[in-house]
Amino acid sequence: MMIKHIRTIIDKEWAEVFKNRMVLFTIIFMPMIFTILPLVMLYVMGEAVGDMSGGTADVPQAFLAACGGLSGMECLQIYMVNEFLILFMLIPVIIPVTIAAYSIVGEKTTHTLEPLLATPISTVELLAGKSLAAAIPAILVSWLAFGIFLLALPLIGVSRGVRAYIGGPIWLLGVLVAGPLMAVASVNFALYISSRVNDPRVAEQISMVIMVPILGLLFAQLAGLIVISVAVMLIIILLLALIDVGMIYLGVRIFQRETILTRWK
Amino acid sequence: MIVTEDLTKVFKIGKKGKEEIVAVESLHLSVKEGEVFGFLGPNGAGKTTTVRMLTGLIAPTRGRASVNGLELGKENRAIRKCVGILTESPGMYERLSAEKNLSIFASLYDVEDVPGQVRKFLQMLGLWGRRQDPVGSFSKGMRQKLAIARALLHDPKVLFMDEPTSGLDPEAAKMVRDFIESLKARGRTIFICTHNLDEADRLCDRIGIIKQRLIAVDTPAALRQRLYGRKVVFHLRELNSKWVKVVSALPFVKEARAISERLVVSLENPDRDNPEIVRCLVKVGADIQFVGELRHSLEEIYLETLRDIEDER
Repeated sequence: MMIKHIRTIIDKEWAEVFKNRMVLFTIIFMPMIFTILPLVMLYVMGEAVGDMSGGTADVPQAFLAACGGLSGMECLQIYMVNEFLILFMLIPVIIPVTIAAYSIVGEKTTHTLEPLLATPISTVELLAGKSLAAAIPAILVSWLAFGIFLLALPLIGVSRGVRAYIGGPIWLLGVLVAGPLMAVASVNFALYISSRVNDPRVAEQISMVIMVPILGLLFAQLAGLIVISVAVMLIIILLLALIDVGMIYLGVRIFQRETILTRWK
Repeated sequence: MIVTEDLTKVFKIGKKGKEEIVAVESLHLSVKEGEVFGFLGPNGAGKTTTVRMLTGLIAPTRGRASVNGLELGKENRAIRKCVGILTESPGMYERLSAEKNLSIFASLYDVEDVPGQVRKFLQMLGLWGRRQDPVGSFSKGMRQKLAIARALLHDPKVLFMDEPTSGLDPEAAKMVRDFIESLKARGRTIFICTHNLDEADRLCDRIGIIKQRLIAVDTPAALRQRLYGRKVVFHLRELNSKWVKVVSALPFVKEARAISERLVVSLENPDRDNPEIVRCLVKVGADIQFVGELRHSLEEIYLETLRDIEDER
């Protein structure tokens, strides 16, 4: 495997993607929203502290138990902001899906795939280049958004206890480890779809299916069916790592140059 | 340089892949180093499939082939490294500049001096002044030039060109043809798939006519000879029907026919036999205005060959 070839593909993908203002807007807009929303929510909750003394009534018991020595309001704030952990983990899933879903079928429709496959590049190099080109910006943007979120917390008067929780192992593992692993899974899934369909729009639509299990996690947490603890997060990470390995292996096996070049219907 | 033996490609189609389409059948071919080989055939004859097989893009169903001494199927990556391909649609990254487009491919072909090689070809093809412009703003001719540059960046031993002048205006087509001629003069092995028979006639050392299987392969002159023999036209002031019989009676004449005021004579060896016919015609009182060889166009040869194969089927 030649790193130079992978770098060239990444360079090409980025040069193309970042020349498209709409794609650039998507990359910046969504993380911005996911950063601002929890900050607004925490600020409003902090301001309304006197009116929400009985607010923990709706918080699941399992979560209350996990709050330890925190006050009821802090526990409620953490419970509410925890929903945004899943959304932060979604950033590196949504952004690369749109890029990766286009990457193979897009080359096919613009007739650049054949000259590209005619070069000495291997399938592993091509897929690695395309995956990384889609995943890296999304991961970096999600980390940047999380960094801004952490830095803004004291500015809106969030208590030390809540800040410690958000800067603690569950969030760090979620954003820094599970998020990138989800990105790898979503990118590989999108690449797989992209190499099997003939229309970029279909590729994007189908690829978005990858979000369903993550949204399932979000709703399970909202419904109190699951409380994300360090142990749960570690299990999620382990599962994601296994899924990633399987998807990378399958992706390379399934990528058939001949079928992609010759089958259009 | 290119050798194929029984090269066959069958595509499985239909929902369960039960139906089969034979795209190329038992192709036996040999292209020498430095040769410009023209591959002619109607749409769907298997030209592009053959090029894709020979460039390692798709695998043959049966048979063997080697390109530049490298065996197809076993050394595909090495084959891709030493061949250049100009695809039928010169797909380019439209948002990127001409320079960026070429740089990407030069890197993928492991060219040592990427900026130098890119500069060389952009200058050679007259695109250096537009190097920073997005390819989306280029005309079809300019894109084709850029696609040719892309195929040549790594100095390939063999160049495959699929319809190199398709859809180009006469000026751009001439530029491309001139460039192919300059490559030919430098001894590059070129395999051209084309519908443009005039172009094939002018550029190619040998021609192969394919319709799933190879129907004929030879030099354009030999194909003419094989199909039509050599014919000489005697333009006469007026033609007497008796003179046709006199000429037909000559032992070396295969056939003589009168067409308006011209006498068309089929011969084995016009260089040897023409003086004798001239003497004979003068003797019987014919006024010969001029003598020339009747040259059938490659188009006639091509259509005749395909007609023969249809009749056989």
